Amino acid sequence: MASVDTDIASRRPAVYRGLRWMATHRSITIGGFLIGIIVLAAIFAPLIAPADPYVQDLLATMEPPSLAHPFGTDDNGRDIFARVIFGARISLAEVVLAVGLAVLVGVPLGILSGMSGRYVDQAIMWTMDILFAFPGIVLAILIVSVLGSSLINLLIAIAIFSVPVYARLSRNLTLGLKGMDYVEAAVSLGISRRRIMSHYILRNAIGPIIVQSTLTAGTVILSAASLSFLGLGAQPPLPEWGAMMSDGRNYLGLNIWMSLFPGLAIMITVLGFNILGDGLRDLLDPRK
Amino acid sequence: MKAYITKKLLALPLILIGVSLLVFVAIRALPGDPARLMAGPEATQEAVDNMTVRLGLDRSLPAQYASFAYGAVRGDLGISIKSKLPVVAEIAERLPFTIGLAITAYLIAIGIGVPAGMIAAIYRHGWPDQFVMILAIAGASIANFWLALMAMNTFSVQLGWLPLLGAASWKSFILPSITLAVLPTAVIARMTRSSMIEVMSQDYIRTAYAKGVLPRNIYWSHALRNALLPIITIVGLNFGSLMGGAVVTESVFNWPGIGRFLVDAVRYRDYPVIQGVTLVAVTGVVVINFLAEMLIAFLNPKIRFD
Repeated sequence: MASVDTDIASRRPAVYRGLRWMATHRSITIGGFLIGIIVLAAIFAPLIAPADPYVQDLLATMEPPSLAHPFGTDDNGRDIFARVIFGARISLAEVVLAVGLAVLVGVPLGILSGMSGRYVDQAIMWTMDILFAFPGIVLAILIVSVLGSSLINLLIAIAIFSVPVYARLSRNLTLGLKGMDYVEAAVSLGISRRRIMSHYILRNAIGPIIVQSTLTAGTVILSAASLSFLGLGAQPPLPEWGAMMSDGRNYLGLNIWMSLFPGLAIMITVLGFNILGDGLRDLLDPRK
Repeated sequence: MKAYITKKLLALPLILIGVSLLVFVAIRALPGDPARLMAGPEATQEAVDNMTVRLGLDRSLPAQYASFAYGAVRGDLGISIKSKLPVVAEIAERLPFTIGLAITAYLIAIGIGVPAGMIAAIYRHGWPDQFVMILAIAGASIANFWLALMAMNTFSVQLGWLPLLGAASWKSFILPSITLAVLPTAVIARMTRSSMIEVMSQDYIRTAYAKGVLPRNIYWSHALRNALLPIITIVGLNFGSLMGGAVVTESVFNWPGIGRFLVDAVRYRDYPVIQGVTLVAVTGVVVINFLAEMLIAFLNPKIRFD
């Protein structure tokens, strides 16, 4: 019995400390909560959704929200709530793929640029400046028009326009870290350049890269939804939020639910990533 | 200052050459034979061959790029496949609509964003600050085409106050420009707030308070004037994202600008138009960013005397 008491006693301060931490880091808590909802919706989509997101019911089209269909039904009688829930899977996959690809290409390029001499550095940065000169959406449209309209091509396009952000960021971080004593010590010990880049630079640059990734995640979802809305990304019947609104656009005045709910889902997700990113930035910012 | 301007001025054509190279290579990688597209679906092999020669597609890639670049500099961007009209004329017809929309949106964004950011900074940590910052972060998280659909549904379809599509009268400007203004308003408000907070902690502001200057005058003339620099930077450097937003906004509202022209061109595989519009849009963004940098250098003695 005594051991149970001590358990409770030692647990209480931990919970208390956790709540204190959440109260002082409100942005991380709120952002994490919103993203948590979306992640849970994505994982448990088949359990949460009341219907199959692809099954049409032509006897129940364009219905307003009801108990059977919490968000109503679309022009093909598909359950909008089910489609929004399954859409969370697509949106999170978009983030993982596009951000992952941009980080995998951009970060090594940036570190290489920062560690290299004048010419390699300038060549990489010139290329990045050119990509950076394009408005993201315009570059994505150009790339998608070459590769063809599909969700995967769109994500490649979004990753390409996000690469310069990571290259510039990691180059700046590298330039800052390069002058640190421990890096100079490693150089004088004869440790290989590769190892210095991966073990000495990259590991200490990871914090700001994570913050940037959280903020990029919001941009990825907005861009992917915008281009899918224009018909240049996810194609029907995929329940991508932007593509769903592209259908809904034809029924303005008849069925607002087809546009309203996917847009709200986008807002919650992007808001979550933006608030979380702000919070993480403040947490990692040594000036504060 | 001179060295700084020279450096930036020399970088400008390098970037533009890089941009045109990228656009050129991308267009040449498009699936399908442009000569066959140009000649039409029922053209004979001979007609397609003639078109290949006429378009110069039988020449080497560097030679093709050279003539493309030479044409672009002289204002010749080829002929639209769909309309058979010169791309430059087609763009010139639509550009004023895009510029008009962009300027209106920026005026709204500055008109609301700067005062809102100032109020947030003055009442830092108070409810006006929290209110403005919540709106700003929400504004940066909204899909602008969703906002457009909701506004169209309310004001055009339900209430019938505003036209639904197109650019027939001044009323047509209202919804597209407000939709396009949401993101820059949010960005400008945040920037103004943090810039003002930084300036308000300076010694000369305390001095101004101490000598009895009215707070109103401190905010508007002492603080805002010195907080302007980062605001101008953000306005100039966000022009690209405004252009990107215009592509989507124009498509939703059937606005006759170059953004919708680009999206339509992708649907028709009208490659000279894709090439031309992309080139014009990116050149515009690069030049405006350059002008913003020059203005900043001119206003900021730290850079001017470097």
